[in-house]
Amino acid sequence: MNGRYNFNWPGWASFVFLLLLWELGARVAPGYRLYLPPISSVIGALGQLIISGAVGRHLLATLERFLAGYLIAAAIGVTLGILLGYFQPLHNLLGILIELLRPMPSVAIIPVAILTLGIGDSMIVAVTVYAGVWSILINTIDGVRHIESTLVDTGRTFGLSRSRILWQIILPGASPYIVTGLRIALSIALILVTTAEMIAGGKGMGFYILDEERSMNSANMYAGIVIVAALGYTLNRLFLALEGRAMKWRHGMMAREMA
Amino acid sequence: MPILEVQSLSKSYRQAGGETTAAIGNISCRVEPGEFVSFVGPSGCGKTTLLMTIAGLLAPSAGRVMVNGREVSGPPADLVLLFQEYNKSLFAWRTVLGNVRFGLEARGDHSQNAAGKARSLIDLVGLSGFENHFPWELSGGMQQRVAIARALAYEPKVLLMDEPFGSLDALTRLELEDALLGLWTKLKTTIVFITHDIEEAIYLSDRIWVLSRRPSEIVEDIPIDFSRPRNQLSTRAEARFMEMRNKIYRQISNPAAK
Repeated sequence: MNGRYNFNWPGWASFVFLLLLWELGARVAPGYRLYLPPISSVIGALGQLIISGAVGRHLLATLERFLAGYLIAAAIGVTLGILLGYFQPLHNLLGILIELLRPMPSVAIIPVAILTLGIGDSMIVAVTVYAGVWSILINTIDGVRHIESTLVDTGRTFGLSRSRILWQIILPGASPYIVTGLRIALSIALILVTTAEMIAGGKGMGFYILDEERSMNSANMYAGIVIVAALGYTLNRLFLALEGRAMKWRHGMMAREMA
Repeated sequence: MPILEVQSLSKSYRQAGGETTAAIGNISCRVEPGEFVSFVGPSGCGKTTLLMTIAGLLAPSAGRVMVNGREVSGPPADLVLLFQEYNKSLFAWRTVLGNVRFGLEARGDHSQNAAGKARSLIDLVGLSGFENHFPWELSGGMQQRVAIARALAYEPKVLLMDEPFGSLDALTRLELEDALLGLWTKLKTTIVFITHDIEEAIYLSDRIWVLSRRPSEIVEDIPIDFSRPRNQLSTRAEARFMEMRNKIYRQISNPAAK
């Protein structure tokens, strides 16, 4: 692949075609406007929301909750993952618990969180942390276990203390796996923030979308969905950009092995 | 005083089935400061186990190892082990400079001129211009040079080398043997070398210890007195070189040898 950005014409054409089909369908059957307003009116609603800034506080609330939950999940997942991957007795102690809790759909924890934490920010952040932590934790444990023992022995023969081995060798050595976990957790965390906001919280994009639906403002509801989609897309691109910088060595290495 | 002393060392493993395998029978030897000594032995004779035990990475089953007069109970500060598998022991996330700097950081040198020291070591192993390359961008021989520079940056009194050139092609191997001898002459580091290549051991060493099959013991102590600097062509062409090679070869390949 060359460095030039290749514009995917067929992909965008089919996307635009779908929008036109939507517009056409909505105009042919105006009786269904509540379910499917024309895309032009959704775009109009979106434009108005952006100009008026009416959606700003919701977007900000979602972003804050997401960032808080995601960063806490990352800190817990990576730290605990490294310790569990490195110290087998600790893994014996907690391994079963993780295996049992992990497959449970995280949204099921929302009622428990509401009971214990109420319907404020802390509940939404806690749910996000819970949902996001698993993929980070599991991948970090996996990454630590895949580290070459020679790498750890190298640290030992150079007289590194155990904590420096964890920090300087295990952490970077496991980072390719950790990054995978962080990327999965990114989308999971965003799903959970939005879902929790639909149930409680009083503001946020999830709240906004559901509120507009209940007010039968379906153009605004769709505009809200578009904003959430754009948020997810932007966060993912941001993540990839940061990952590309931090893991430059890894990408070069993989490219070399493929060649 | 010897810089390294191995006293009646033995090492056994407990295997999965509960059986114990004796890797090292009973080994005693002493290495004087600045010496270049090699262990040669048949494959699977426990050479690596021996080196790992000397390096304090494995605990002996009996006997003890003394480095610089102190008994080894963990990795000693004055000693570093260089592994055969450079691709597994170099840090893929650090550049050549970063890997060599690790050797300095490990002994607590975070000073301003640490980078300068690392650069001069890189120059010394012949890798100037590759400071900002990642290890995986380099050939095997160059990677092992990085590993050697990193080990030397730690300024060990004793450098243990576990078949360091075992996975390199023949020509690169000869090249690195000479590079290593050059560094050793310059830095006066004590080197304990392991190889299954008899000629390599003779070419490099002041002394060779021939190991038996496991449980391994030293069956022969051979001083090597070829004049230095040695030469890949003339030293290896000497009649006594061939004699020594044949003698050691017979000892290693003779199944009756204990």
